[in-house]
Amino acid sequence: MTTDAHSEVLTAEQGTSLWKDAWRRLRKNRLALFGLWVLLLFVIIALLTPWLAPYAHDAQNLDMGATPPSAAHWLGTDIFGRDLLTQIMYGGRISLAVGFVATAVALVIGVTWGAVAGYVGGRVDAVMMRLVDILYALPFMIFIVLLMVVFGRNLLLLFLAIGAVEWLTMARIMRGQVQSLRQQEFVEAAISLGLSPATIVRRHLVPNALGPIIVYTTLTIPSVMLLEAFLSFLGLGVQPPATSWGLLISYGAETMEEYPWLLIFPGAALTLTLFALNFLGDGLRDALDVRGSGD
Amino acid sequence: MWRFIGGRLLQAIPVILAVITVTFFLVRVAPGGPFDSEKAVIPEVKAALEAQYRLDLPLGQQYLAYLRDLAAGELGPSFKYPGRSVNELIAAGLPATAELGAYALLVAVLLGGLAGVIASLKPNSAQDYIPMSVAMIGICMPTFLLGPLLVLVFGIHLEWLPVSGWGDIPGDKLLPSLTLGAAYAAYIARLGRAGMLEVMSQDYIRTARAKGLPEWQVVTRHALRGGLIPVVAFLGPAFAGLLAGSFVVETIFQIPGLGRFYVQAAFNRDYTMILGTTVFLSTLIVLFNLLSDILAAWLNPRLRAQYGEA
Repeated sequence: MTTDAHSEVLTAEQGTSLWKDAWRRLRKNRLALFGLWVLLLFVIIALLTPWLAPYAHDAQNLDMGATPPSAAHWLGTDIFGRDLLTQIMYGGRISLAVGFVATAVALVIGVTWGAVAGYVGGRVDAVMMRLVDILYALPFMIFIVLLMVVFGRNLLLLFLAIGAVEWLTMARIMRGQVQSLRQQEFVEAAISLGLSPATIVRRHLVPNALGPIIVYTTLTIPSVMLLEAFLSFLGLGVQPPATSWGLLISYGAETMEEYPWLLIFPGAALTLTLFALNFLGDGLRDALDVRGSGD
Repeated sequence: MWRFIGGRLLQAIPVILAVITVTFFLVRVAPGGPFDSEKAVIPEVKAALEAQYRLDLPLGQQYLAYLRDLAAGELGPSFKYPGRSVNELIAAGLPATAELGAYALLVAVLLGGLAGVIASLKPNSAQDYIPMSVAMIGICMPTFLLGPLLVLVFGIHLEWLPVSGWGDIPGDKLLPSLTLGAAYAAYIARLGRAGMLEVMSQDYIRTARAKGLPEWQVVTRHALRGGLIPVVAFLGPAFAGLLAGSFVVETIFQIPGLGRFYVQAAFNRDYTMILGTTVFLSTLIVLFNLLSDILAAWLNPRLRAQYGEA
């Protein structure tokens, strides 16, 4: 009897403290925590860039040209005499914005699509997931290049195009979650209480599927940022005078023989961010005990 | 098995058709014609040119004519290089790209597979952590950063390897192949490790051990086949990624391959070239996906049983 009561107390406690529990486990994972802090730091810097940046975004000094790191320019200057630290800060704003916004687009489409398919089931589900299968088989890297060529290189389009590509896995994960959740008693209870399907999905299914969604979101952001950098490197993404880490790396690669710092610092910024996000994603996966997502 | 293959083939057809259709109409609605830059083209010349590229026909007829050409394996003339067909350009670029892709895949499978298996044999030891940390770097380091960095170190500073080119100087294929393959080696290492760990805890592995087989035989004869299924299934998507990566690598190392042509065509707005190459590459990717699915299914006894041996 006592053990039963004891285990009941335990489950009740675990039920309320899932997030606390996850946070406790995440805190033990030093790499994930490091990722979290790096990410927070970079996001704060990106938000405050107009006030923090040591120089104006467009300030150039053609007479000075490219100089290695110095006291006045901590990370050196580029061939136009622009401060590299300033460029990296402004570039980071765009790279991070693309990462977050495009992932948000993917999140909204994917979660809605997957939830509807999984909840409604039957023929609707078959048709919706069939479409996902077909889209999965499309070579999207090539399509995005095509889209950027055809419609000019516009930042908004970049967000949408990348987001439109990345929602597929999200939809599959969400559908799987909803399918297994809707068999459970509390959903049946909600149905018998007469709640509308939209309410059930919003109030009961989405919150319960949050774990895998959060994990996958954290892992989608770096792949989105890589895609943006890839396009910008080819000259098909972010266009000057705007800048991004991918664009800075592309400039740096052109002049790396004489001015290696122009390649190394933007590269380090991008790699460090991707590292941080991947570690955080892996850590969250362990902390929230999500299996079989990502990779 | 044949049913499975047949089903997959049927599935591939609508995908390829969708690619052709979407690409065709996207390219047609693109702003700016191919001859806009030449300002004063005599109307007759323009009309002749438009007739040559069938731009004078209604859109629907253009599409049908394009499909007919495709069925005959004809990808059309290039806008940018008069007198050359897209087929010729693809034939000129494909060998280098195919070779680069094959070497990169080799790098990815050998390095990644080996690292993954080694890491899985002693989980949570240095033998696991070191290759997996390197793999993490490989995933986070984009191709377009790794390439220039490798050139900077091995080409410019150490002067061990050529900085660019393809087949001109001995050793100039090494850096591009390594650059392109690195990220996929990293993914394969992670997938291989996870797959092996799962298989190694299965009953039939315990049986093999109980029979007294030496550990290396347990791994090579029993575990590898099951453990590498996720890796084989990944090869399809990896191939698509390799093709996209070849855009970057061929640009960095100045390799006269399809990827570089594609990027140039994109900049030149050489619409027929973009259209033809997209259709070609997409078909290739879809077929490769098919192949990797079939291979993974063939390796997986459960799936094979489901569809019956053949």
